[in-house]
Amino acid sequence: MNKKVLLGMSGGVDSSVAAALLKEQGYEVIGVTMRVWEGEDFECVDDKGCCSLSVVEDARRVANSLHIPHYVMDFKDIFKEKVVDYFKQEYLRGRTPNPCIACNRYIKFDALLNKALSMDIDYVATGHYGKVEYDILKDRYILKKAKDARKDQTYFLYNLTQRQLSRTLLPLGDYTKDEIRRMADDIGLEVVASKPDSQEICFIPDNDYVGFIERNIEKKIRPGHFVDLHGNILGEHKGIINYTIGQRKGLGISLGKPAYVVDIDPNTNTVVLGDNAHVFAKGLIASDLNFISIDRLESDMEVHAKIRYSTREASATISPIGGGRVKVIFKEPARAITPGQSVVFYHGDEVVGGGTIDQVER
Amino acid sequence: MSDRLIYLDHGATTPVRAEVLEAMLPYFSEKYGNASSIYSIAKESKVAIDKARDKVATSIGAKPKEIYFTSGGTEADNWAIKGVAHQNRDKGRHIITTSIEHHAVLYTCQYLEKEGFNITYLPVDEKGIVSPRQVESAIRDDTVLISVMFANNEIGTIQPIEEIGKIAKEYGVLFHTDAVQAVGNLHIDVEELGVDLLSMSAHKFYGPKGVGALYVRDGIKLGSYLHGGAQERGKRASTENVPGIVGMGTAIEIATSNIDSYNKKLLELREMTIDGVLAKIPHVRLNGDRERRLPGNVNFSFEFIEGESLLLMLDMVGICASSGSACASGSLDPSHVLLAIGLPHELAHGSLRFSFGKDNTKKDAEYLLEVLPDMVERLRQLSPLYTNK
Repeated sequence: MNKKVLLGMSGGVDSSVAAALLKEQGYEVIGVTMRVWEGEDFECVDDKGCCSLSVVEDARRVANSLHIPHYVMDFKDIFKEKVVDYFKQEYLRGRTPNPCIACNRYIKFDALLNKALSMDIDYVATGHYGKVEYDILKDRYILKKAKDARKDQTYFLYNLTQRQLSRTLLPLGDYTKDEIRRMADDIGLEVVASKPDSQEICFIPDNDYVGFIERNIEKKIRPGHFVDLHGNILGEHKGIINYTIGQRKGLGISLGKPAYVVDIDPNTNTVVLGDNAHVFAKGLIASDLNFISIDRLESDMEVHAKIRYSTREASATISPIGGGRVKVIFKEPARAITPGQSVVFYHGDEVVGGGTIDQVER
Repeated sequence: MSDRLIYLDHGATTPVRAEVLEAMLPYFSEKYGNASSIYSIAKESKVAIDKARDKVATSIGAKPKEIYFTSGGTEADNWAIKGVAHQNRDKGRHIITTSIEHHAVLYTCQYLEKEGFNITYLPVDEKGIVSPRQVESAIRDDTVLISVMFANNEIGTIQPIEEIGKIAKEYGVLFHTDAVQAVGNLHIDVEELGVDLLSMSAHKFYGPKGVGALYVRDGIKLGSYLHGGAQERGKRASTENVPGIVGMGTAIEIATSNIDSYNKKLLELREMTIDGVLAKIPHVRLNGDRERRLPGNVNFSFEFIEGESLLLMLDMVGICASSGSACASGSLDPSHVLLAIGLPHELAHGSLRFSFGKDNTKKDAEYLLEVLPDMVERLRQLSPLYTNK
């Protein structure tokens, strides 16, 4: 019998072509659209398999045209707990969360995978750009960057464990986005071929995350003080959730020179402003680690580290410092290291591992 | 995927009976006249509608002029409830219903709440039965309508309609029942039951989709639902769905004439399935009343697992079942009915409905009983809730 794979589908180009590719490779593909959030205005165009009615309809159309079954599965409760609540809490703690990483970790490659396994389905697949391979010498599953460096999404997948990787298929890793779009055209998926790429946060369609948090918490967001590096009050801010490290625009304060967010302190409800130079730091401390190409970090290691999805990797040395933490020191000072975001370590094309940024080392 | 197809979801919809389809076909092609026109081809349509109206009326002990054709059960529910509410808004703005109604009733009531109506949602007991006592004590001076479903779509529970009818009459309050699941399954006589308004839907009794009817007792004033032409005595404008109406007439006639033998067959399958599941699968709960339930309805909650996974696994071997009510996106929310009968969230999530129909055989039930225990066991093996047990 053919191996079965449960594929997260959104009706978008990536997941649709993923379905076609998996089918071509001989898998029995079962499409699933995950229902993760409900709101009057919720119209999610995430292409990694989540939901909303129109997404469900699009996915069903694609599944139908590829002659594969399609189901809708409910993950609302766990999504709220593991992604939405975490998202709110991190901002309230003065940090900048990454909900996609949480969703991959707890929903797509955990809850969904477990569901697949319980139903006698062998694998979970998504339309992420990345490659899962088995390294015979290391006797480990490894995660490698996609062929299309601009689209590579391994940053969002560094939390996958060996068990999860052994059950994960990422069929798009060997293609560029252009190739995928062409394939969508070739197999007659014109509708999806022209769909725009996903938006930032699938459960906040208008991108107004501040408004979203305010609507979804009990207490009120309190304004506080902008202060300089020495603690002198510079003005009033609108509440710490409005800011992220390195931010310059939309501060609502004029100091006669460019001002940047250097630090956010939830305890004193203050936002520290400084010059651009102050946004640079030599390193960071990360916790909540996961390693993929190695079992654990036992001594210093030279890597390329990425501190946000949108920033380029930079040379760094990572050192274990106990307590499940790692210290990362960059060759050149890094800009806007932001607690709450993830730092992902690469060795060439391979994902070594990663963790959540806890502290900035100045 | 399996080539086998065992359809156990007749509560969702039924296939159109061959005789019904045959009766409908001429009205798509040769007999296409608009029933409102005067020439003879149109008269054929008019006569066909009249005949269908007679059949629908006869099957529930009503007069033909008390039957209004609609686009289905949902429209009938909407019309009955909004119609009575709006017609009587000067008399009162209170409506009594139950917490286990179909969404066509529940959401219509919620809509009326926004318009300033007061709605009492009566609770039900653990079997899903509403107490006539509670209906009575909920009646106020300004109560204009009681709406209680005849039989529940998810757990099959049959409500004490006759007793509630008596109470409604005694207090002079109009009584509507959503009988979408009951028509074709149970003997219904609106006179005996004291029902003032009754909703039904053709596709639940081997008729076509897209057609239903509302019974409105003679003498009850109800505003027009759709404005336009003079169809349905000016109450519901729109060119009649002649083939659909003809199909509904034929379907209800066959359904009511066959009802006893049909029930006997379904009961046998139902009891066999219930006994089999209870004997073969531990930690399972039968939802609804064992006796007072629709003859083809089986609804179970399987502890420690999600109904959703089970549904998908069943689909993969060709068995069509449901988790209760079908949802727009095909996804599953915990059922409001199961929550109303006191099931905790987890159990409400682990529920499954099988509803038998005319083409099912004992072999179908046997096959279900053969594959279901293994699936439940497999899902439980991977459930953290179960292994901790």
